[in-house]
Amino acid sequence: MKKILDLYLAFFKIGITTFGGGYAMLPVIQREIVEKRGYVTDEEVMDYYAVGQCTPGVIAVNTATFVGHKVGKTPGAIAATLGVISPPLIIITVIAAFIKNYAELPAVRHAFAGIKTAVCALIFCAVIKLFKSGVKDLPGVLIFLAVLAVGLFTNLSPVWFVLAAAIAGICIKCFKR
Amino acid sequence: MYLSNLLVLFWEFFKTGLFAVGGGMATLPFLYNMADRYDWITKESITDMIAVSESTPGPIGVNMATYAGFNACGVLGGIAATFGLVLPSLIIILIIAKFFEKFDDNFYVNSAFYGIRPAATALILLAAINVFTLCVFGSDTGGLSVNWLMLALISVFTALIYKIKLHPIVYIAIAAVLGIVLKL
Repeated sequence: MKKILDLYLAFFKIGITTFGGGYAMLPVIQREIVEKRGYVTDEEVMDYYAVGQCTPGVIAVNTATFVGHKVGKTPGAIAATLGVISPPLIIITVIAAFIKNYAELPAVRHAFAGIKTAVCALIFCAVIKLFKSGVKDLPGVLIFLAVLAVGLFTNLSPVWFVLAAAIAGICIKCFKR
Repeated sequence: MYLSNLLVLFWEFFKTGLFAVGGGMATLPFLYNMADRYDWITKESITDMIAVSESTPGPIGVNMATYAGFNACGVLGGIAATFGLVLPSLIIILIIAKFFEKFDDNFYVNSAFYGIRPAATALILLAAINVFTLCVFGSDTGGLSVNWLMLALISVFTALIYKIKLHPIVYIAIAAVLGIVLKL
């Protein structure tokens, strides 16, 4: 029981000190979980992160769930997950309430109009990074272009694209083998 | 009605958590798809959500879910959306941890993700195009009047972020100040 509570607190701390999620979380996990507590090894954290990257969902949450499961089975996994999502739940709720009340101020409106340009640039750069790591050959480029073309002209749910791409991936690899 | 709204939020973010592969930005296509279908989320508000999510602690995906949920249904909405988002990962990871020690080596899993990664990249690019047209043409349908200042800012920021890898919060802060100074 003490271990479960400790997991929750450790991941609460990780959730509150991580800006941007994903990769930014790794050094904090290494300090809190590997060095301070010795619950898992560095290699295990890297493995969990790798799998967490290619399973659906938020990478930080996936990694937390893995570490929690290693330390305390299912209750541990739940505690770690709750720990990592608690700080954003509290912080974002407060900020969202604040912005709702001040959204009409001219200064706030101008600030957010400016921010839009940076956000747009951030997403473009995320796309470039993902393209470099995930699109490696001609079939990959074709899947990328097909999704882009269909997505531009329809309002289909992303769910269908992901399912179709998964099936396409399996077919291509089976054909190659 | 309130309860059914919470259930809709939970279900929409459950689907997002189940199919969004590739980290925080991968939730964007799902949010834009929600904006097409529901009136409690708008395309304009999604940009604000990204900015806040990048500048506050916590995983981006979780931040976005909490923000969208709160805007739609208040505090309970934020909780419903967030739990919806993380529940699929929790279930999937528990299954993987229990049954597939060698998840990495599974041929079918690897092949599926070989196809999903390019698709996920294209979906995020579509989200970027959404933000881009909102900024430069002022509406999501596109128009004839081009906002050259916004276009220039986006180009400069893209080049800067690509070349100099500072934390996103730095660029967001600079952009906010520019927005106020230039009265965008």
